[in-house]
Amino acid sequence: MDTSLLVIQTLNGLQLGLLLFLVASGLTLVFGILDFVNLAHASLYMLGAFICASLTYAVGNFFLAVLIALPVTALLGWGVERFIARPLYSRDHLDHVLATFGLILVFDTAAHLIWGPEGIAVPLPQAFRGQLELSETLVIPTYRLVIIAAGLAAAGGLYWMVTHTRLGMLIRAGASNRRMVAALGINIELLFGLVFALGAALAGLAGMLIAPITEASIGMGNQVIITAFVVIIVGGIGSMKGAFIAALLIGLIDTLGRSFLDDIFKLFMSPDAAENSAPALSAMLIYIIMACVLALKPQGLFPPKVR
Amino acid sequence: MSPRTLATLVAMALLAVLPPVFYYTGNAFWLDLATRLTILAIAATSLNLILGYGGLVSFGHAAYVGLGAYAVGIPAYHWLYGGLEHLGLATTSGLVQIPLAMATCALFALVTGAICLRTRGVYFIMITMAFAQMVYYAIVSIEEYGGDDGLVIDTRSELPGLNLDDPIQLFGLAYVSLVAAMLIVRMITRSRFGMVLRGAKGNAERVQMMGLNTYAYRLTAYVISGAMAGYAGALLGNFTTFISPEMMDWTRSGELMFMVILGGGGTTGGPMLGAAAFIILEELLSHFTIYWHLPFGLLLIAVVLFTRGGLMGFFRGRK
Amino acid sequence: MSILETRNLMKSFGGIRATDDLTLAVEEGELHAIIGPNGAGKTTLITQLCGTQMPDAGQVLFKGRDITGLAPHKRARLGITRSFQITSLIADMTVLENIALAVQARAGSSFRFFRAASSVEAIQSRAMELLARVGLAEKAGMVTAALSHGEHRHMEIAIALASEAELMLLDEPMAGLGPEESARMVELLRGLKGKHTIVLIEHDMDAVFALADRISVLVYGHIIATGLPAEIRANKEVEAAYLGEEA
Repeated sequence: MDTSLLVIQTLNGLQLGLLLFLVASGLTLVFGILDFVNLAHASLYMLGAFICASLTYAVGNFFLAVLIALPVTALLGWGVERFIARPLYSRDHLDHVLATFGLILVFDTAAHLIWGPEGIAVPLPQAFRGQLELSETLVIPTYRLVIIAAGLAAAGGLYWMVTHTRLGMLIRAGASNRRMVAALGINIELLFGLVFALGAALAGLAGMLIAPITEASIGMGNQVIITAFVVIIVGGIGSMKGAFIAALLIGLIDTLGRSFLDDIFKLFMSPDAAENSAPALSAMLIYIIMACVLALKPQGLFPPKVR
Repeated sequence: MSPRTLATLVAMALLAVLPPVFYYTGNAFWLDLATRLTILAIAATSLNLILGYGGLVSFGHAAYVGLGAYAVGIPAYHWLYGGLEHLGLATTSGLVQIPLAMATCALFALVTGAICLRTRGVYFIMITMAFAQMVYYAIVSIEEYGGDDGLVIDTRSELPGLNLDDPIQLFGLAYVSLVAAMLIVRMITRSRFGMVLRGAKGNAERVQMMGLNTYAYRLTAYVISGAMAGYAGALLGNFTTFISPEMMDWTRSGELMFMVILGGGGTTGGPMLGAAAFIILEELLSHFTIYWHLPFGLLLIAVVLFTRGGLMGFFRGRK
Repeated sequence: MSILETRNLMKSFGGIRATDDLTLAVEEGELHAIIGPNGAGKTTLITQLCGTQMPDAGQVLFKGRDITGLAPHKRARLGITRSFQITSLIADMTVLENIALAVQARAGSSFRFFRAASSVEAIQSRAMELLARVGLAEKAGMVTAALSHGEHRHMEIAIALASEAELMLLDEPMAGLGPEESARMVELLRGLKGKHTIVLIEHDMDAVFALADRISVLVYGHIIATGLPAEIRANKEVEAAYLGEEA
């Protein structure tokens, strides 16, 4: 096994993990506080990417585009809360799932109408097109480090907000005891709207960050949402800490599994057998891990305290 | 006769008569549509057993349909290109393929259900979804069977006395199977077993306190439902003669759920009506615009927000 | 021998001790009432007795056998049943179906897929008999959700009876009932006395003192006194606990 590949893949895993955290944190917030299952959460990841792409072309600067796109996605999230989620809080999860499933169709087709069926590539600023050469074999694209830094910064900011601000205090209180927050006379509708908007902005940010690498495309959210589900199930639904740890775990395991599982298999089986079985198994790896976690702890690794 | 039973019987009569009439008057397209509708109605009926009667919001049902289709496609592939002869799985015989489809799905349901059913509520929804996605990715990664691109089924299943290459015979098989599926689900849900399943939906703790192990009953229903969906998948493979992982994408599972809810969960005829409404609507809308998903999605939201009980809700009997 | 015993039962939620070193013995055939001020941990005790919650420490014994770790449905099969403080029925099934399900649970395996449950004569007639006993025979065909609160409480008793349990844990059967309905419930329970061992949790003191053979007083998760109704009435500590609540 070669070390520079290991370093590169570890960084890739870290990058995937942080992006997953940005998507999963919003999901887990919304579920923990509002008891609402939002399948369309990842549509905001997609819309973030598209909006950022358009803005990049319009204003000519990727970072400026991100700064403008963030409040736009937050506003979209607020709209989803106001018009779709709010009438459904008192209904069961099945209704949440169906309505937000319909919403995905609407968002996907709207993206199709506005931006066309093809994906949109997002050009990177000149400064981040380069690569960092750590050694002859160890070359890391600068932008990957930017994503990791931005992901860590967002996670740190979120942590600070949850632990040090009044909004954060309400969010923590709401996640562990919804009725208490309502009893405190807080404007619960405003709080719910803010939580949705925050979650949307975080998911949107993940979409914006990944867009220069993968391009913005329709349905890009539909793949990521399931992985985000795996993250919050493993982490424990409603737990921010759980989401962070599980996101990094899943990101690393998925990335490293795909690149090294066949090498590991070759240690104890024939090369042919390893080549054949490794791809299927590495594709299933995170789900198998999820199953194992659940078999031992049905509430996930960090179940939130009593509701 | 209750209005619901009447509505179901009328719909089933129309479904039996109209497609052949269209076919023999030169509109083969409508027969195709009816066959697809009928097969998906079987899958929706199987989902109804756990979703409508059992209250288990399984978001991974398309995986069973897909596995069932691959249980037809993979033996047919090996029959043509060699391999797996020693297991007896290089065959085009439906008498091997269909039991294989049902057994595979029953096993998958048993293993994943044993884990999923330990959890409740939203965990259950997400986990069933994740397991379905696991199958999706596993199939994608197997290049021998076409991976992402899918697999063409060159030869349809061979069944004694039937020729599935004849669209009318294929439709006939699907129709008879749908009737059987509906009757089986009706029988199960009215039996003592079904009473426990329905009771556990309404109040699981109460049923446990009566001395009934709800977990075992739910798991059994989960396995029956999975096997039935696998059967629908085997028919679907024979109908499309092309199978791909896309069949088990989670959005397909969402569509099956929508069919059940649209028609009316927990009723015998609901899933069939829902599947019919879904397929016909999809067909009509996609004629008007390539953006038909937009009105379709809005309709879905409207159905959830404003109607209770689905189409069957309109045929409620008087109290 | 006591039919039900708890030994040093402990259960905490967060920092709060809902059950604190609770030791209790219920004799076979008696109607044993458990009273106590609000928040004394009465329902928490019931959930540990029937197995929906596990104690942090201590033991639960049924007929001398340790059942502390046993699942609820297994305890039910041994002969323990409970009614719920908040009415807990299957709302979208008919009244008869609710009772029939409870009868069916007692009548051998329910892994029977073919015959319609409504055509199994033995179960249906037994369920009707129980409904008649609690005075609900005319409502058999109605959807449960359509019945009144008082009728729901009576259905709870019918379900408890259907289980033919030796030990019935009744969690505030009188809760929310008007005076007339309460009187009917007291009569119904009086009819059950002696045929089943009953643990009765109840706020209605008139009912408790009219029915109970023995009374235990639960305060902050701990039994402070057990005795005959007359003894409890005269107990200063009990008086203080109740007066303390009202003060």
